[in-house]
Amino acid sequence: MGEVRLMKGNEALAEAAIRAGCDAYFGYPITPQSEVLEYLSREAPQRTGMVVLQAESEIASINMIYGAAGAGKRAMTTSSSPGISLMQEGLSYIAAAELPCLLANINRGGPGLGTIQPAQSDYFQSVKGGGHGDYKLIVLAPSSVQEMADFVRLGFDLADKYRNPVMILSDGAIGQMMEKVELFEQQPKGGTFPKPWATTGKTKDRQRNIITSLHIDPKEMENINLRLQEKYHAIEENEVRYEVMKIDDAEFILTAYGLAARICQKVVELAREKNYKVGLIRPITLFPFPKKLFAEIVPRIKGILDVELNAGQMVEDVKLSVEGKVRVEFYGRMGGIIPTPEEILEHFEKIFIKGE
Amino acid sequence: MDEKDLKLNETEFLNEDICVAEYLVYKKPETLIDIDLHYCPGCGHGVVHRLLMEVIEEMNIVDKVIGVAPVGCSVFAYNYMDIDMQEAAHGRATAVATGIKRVLPDKLVFTYQGDGDLAAIGTAETIHACNRGENFLIVFINNAVYGMTSGQMAPTTLPGMVTTTTPFGRDTSITGFPLKISELVAQLPGVCYVTRTSVHTAGNVRRTKKAIQKAFEYQMQNKGTCLIEVLSNCPSNWKMTPLESNKFIEEEMIPFYPLGDIKVPKEEK
Ligand SMILES: Cc1ncc(C[n+]2csc(CCOP(=O)(O)OP(=O)(O)O)c2C)c(N)n1
Ligand code: SF4
Ligand SMILES: [Mg+2]
Repeated sequence: MGEVRLMKGNEALAEAAIRAGCDAYFGYPITPQSEVLEYLSREAPQRTGMVVLQAESEIASINMIYGAAGAGKRAMTTSSSPGISLMQEGLSYIAAAELPCLLANINRGGPGLGTIQPAQSDYFQSVKGGGHGDYKLIVLAPSSVQEMADFVRLGFDLADKYRNPVMILSDGAIGQMMEKVELFEQQPKGGTFPKPWATTGKTKDRQRNIITSLHIDPKEMENINLRLQEKYHAIEENEVRYEVMKIDDAEFILTAYGLAARICQKVVELAREKNYKVGLIRPITLFPFPKKLFAEIVPRIKGILDVELNAGQMVEDVKLSVEGKVRVEFYGRMGGIIPTPEEILEHFEKIFIKGE
Repeated sequence: MDEKDLKLNETEFLNEDICVAEYLVYKKPETLIDIDLHYCPGCGHGVVHRLLMEVIEEMNIVDKVIGVAPVGCSVFAYNYMDIDMQEAAHGRATAVATGIKRVLPDKLVFTYQGDGDLAAIGTAETIHACNRGENFLIVFINNAVYGMTSGQMAPTTLPGMVTTTTPFGRDTSITGFPLKISELVAQLPGVCYVTRTSVHTAGNVRRTKKAIQKAFEYQMQNKGTCLIEVLSNCPSNWKMTPLESNKFIEEEMIPFYPLGDIKVPKEEK
């Protein structure tokens, strides 16, 4: 068993970055995730020689990531909603140039400057693009401090495997809460994936390496797009991850990710006490979305209640997955309000039991 | 006069007679890829590309150098330079270079940026990279316009100068004065070397090359940020012939942007 510690989600994520062999972190302070930059500034350089630099803005940090990732190193940044918005142009470039790197969005309530309280209102931004062009991030949604740590290692590995940016989409509550976490062993610095495409200085034995996203010729640009789409399809085939709870005999499915899924676990318990056959599907990868799982359970169930801390974003993917074959309802709170399990159960009863 | 010189004076001579090592006065560097440049006739970009590649070849640092291309007319710089390069988003070259240099501190990094890229959209990245004293070279191509997007006002456009967005001449009461970013960053302690050159005469081309060489030497000595501003012709958007554009540099650009060192390392003063 690995080392066990009581840690904040943000600290677990930072500690995991060191252990995952991250070479460089560039970031800009923003609540509720500043602990990451603080923790790394304190711990990382002397332990692994990791570069930790406070950038002048999120625009700078994402472009520093571009440079470091393009140089073949494991690079990472974290931020919260407004800062992630500033990074969107850079992210689009990174996805287009196929640079592996890791980001975390410790989502706060928006729009605008919003609130520093937790929310899930950046689902669309993370999963549907955010920046310009047809690109995809691999999006991982942790629902515990343990997963804040584990997904850093997983994220770096997926990024390297697919040459694609990976986003950990978390929120202010998971970032700030303290839980027991079992830490994985120190991994080799920089990971073990070969990166022959990296710009490290052209040696005599190879052609020059160029990192770019510019392809003026439309034919070439379309071919690159087609290749990217092929990669995204491969990711959809191979990397879907989810967690289920009591779905075997379920007549109704609750679905939620991250923090909302934690609350829904309790809702399932409360519902079962009342003899409602309720199960839970928690997508862990938001892209790739567990479409097949939803499609498969459709014939066995009477309805789905999607619960999110936003105005209804993931629910669109749920609806696309079931193709109108089963009733899909939504319950959400916004602006940093976290619903109680009782409140959600009441809503569930209103719709599916009392038929209101 | 010896026999060889006599031969050259003759009208009829054979290729093998003149292509001998003793007569070699210029050779295109191997680092400069031999394809057609996309730049307009008389453009300064091509000259600076060649100088950079000459210096890199002569200093034998190809395997150490990583360049960063901007968004601007020189966005395709990497098509001509036979070295490892990254193409940055508009204005972000110095942030990208920071990322590269911080993880590969033993390599030699340069950015190549236009005035819009470096002194408008990328001003924050420029100033903060310089303020951190990032140990790389910034090659700053000042042509006083946005070349690529076809001649709009740049932060460096001269007062009164006509561009597509200042059709009646740049009115400083509306658009402010040209930003002398070289003088500005020279104030910062992290910056080691700032100089302004041009490429409109042979002598100035040579001085530009010398500056590039020096800047790479300073980078090898970990001296901090070097910035070379090159006043560069944009005949197309200045609506001039290449020769007229040389005159414009001499008569309009240089009086406003004087050539010469703005900052040199302390021990050399
Ligand atoms: C974010 C963004 N905004 C605007 C542009 C459009 N754009 C491309 S090049 C350029 C100006 C380039 O001018 P400069 O940096 O002076 O380079 P030059 O072409 O003169 O060498 C602009 C505005 C862009 N590519 N990206
Ligand atoms: S538009 Fe100006 S800067 Fe661009 S290639 Fe032509 S002359 Fe050069
Ligand atoms: Mg310009």
